[in-house]
Amino acid sequence: MAFTLYSLIQTAILCTNAVAVLHEERFLSKFGWGVDQGVGGFGDDPGVKAQILTLIRSVRTVMRVPLIIVNTVCIVLLLLFG
Amino acid sequence: MDYTATQSGFRQQPNMHMGNSSMDGTDGSQLFEDTSGVAAGPQAGYSNQQAGLQAAGFSGQSLLSDPMSNLAMAYGSSLASQGREMVDKNLDRFIPISKLKYYFAVDTVYVGKKLGLLVFPYMHENWEVSYQQDTPVAPRFDVNAPDLYIPAMAFITYILVAGLALGTQNKFSPELLGVQASSALVWLIMEVLAVLLSLYLVTVNTDLTTIDLLAFSGYKYVGMIVGVVSGLLFGRPAYYLSLLWCCAAIFVFMIRTLRLKLLSEAAAEGRQVRGSRNQLRMYLTMSIAGAQPLFMFWLTYHLIR
Repeated sequence: MAFTLYSLIQTAILCTNAVAVLHEERFLSKFGWGVDQGVGGFGDDPGVKAQILTLIRSVRTVMRVPLIIVNTVCIVLLLLFG
Repeated sequence: MDYTATQSGFRQQPNMHMGNSSMDGTDGSQLFEDTSGVAAGPQAGYSNQQAGLQAAGFSGQSLLSDPMSNLAMAYGSSLASQGREMVDKNLDRFIPISKLKYYFAVDTVYVGKKLGLLVFPYMHENWEVSYQQDTPVAPRFDVNAPDLYIPAMAFITYILVAGLALGTQNKFSPELLGVQASSALVWLIMEVLAVLLSLYLVTVNTDLTTIDLLAFSGYKYVGMIVGVVSGLLFGRPAYYLSLLWCCAAIFVFMIRTLRLKLLSEAAAEGRQVRGSRNQLRMYLTMSIAGAQPLFMFWLTYHLIR
């Protein structure tokens, strides 16, 4: 119940890591959520599944390098300060 | 502290200026009289040196003389205004200050009517925000427009009332105020992010901005304050009754406000419209409105024991 802003940052980092780790070929294709299997419609109604797939792909593309940096910083800080 | 820093900064400038202007004294800067003009032409080099020495002697006095300090003040103030322009321009990129001003353009009549609407929305009939040439009208002129004044004040009042309530349970300490504040702020941010995510997933074409969502999420603090205060004054049954009333009021308020913004035209008028998208949007509206009572209970039940 006693949340702090620091725990919000931790939650954000953990959730972003979780989304970035979902691999296309090994994992998502098995559910029919691969890149070739959902995003076909070009109408004005992409649907919820297509939006989720787009979101996952864009998080993976955009946040890959910043996540590497942020995770490294977190690991170093946790090693130093516990 | 800053004043003395700028003072010493000012002091630096005159010295540099005097150093510069005395070195090329032949161009006749108007700050001091050109003492090198007394000697003849061939001795210009030597007299420059003399001017330099005399300028060094001058520096002790001319810190206090008017033209020098005036020049320093003018230079410093032009620097300051340039700096302020740059800060304003860069700050406006991150936090849209001009857009924020719209949300604080309220007056007493608006605040009174809006507070009444938040506790008793059942008689109000016209929930549309009136527009004025494509921009929404300021909250001062339209009671349906969202504002940020009420949520901000309600948030601060909630923290103070929570401190009061915890004090009656003998659990108060100043750090607890900070904990309550950051807790409530975190829940607010998470709620706004969740609403933004769900709006993105359902691809609703709406003109709701993030600040609008922040304003709508902040309106529930009014109900929470009413509940906690009546609980403090009259005991637990009063707390539950008033919280129930305020939860119902906020639920109806959110549904009536969001219906116009999220649903399509036909569905907003109450006609039955088939189609999975409209159903999805209706579910979204209901869940946003239904999350408000949940938060209201979650954030206040520990205050009334």
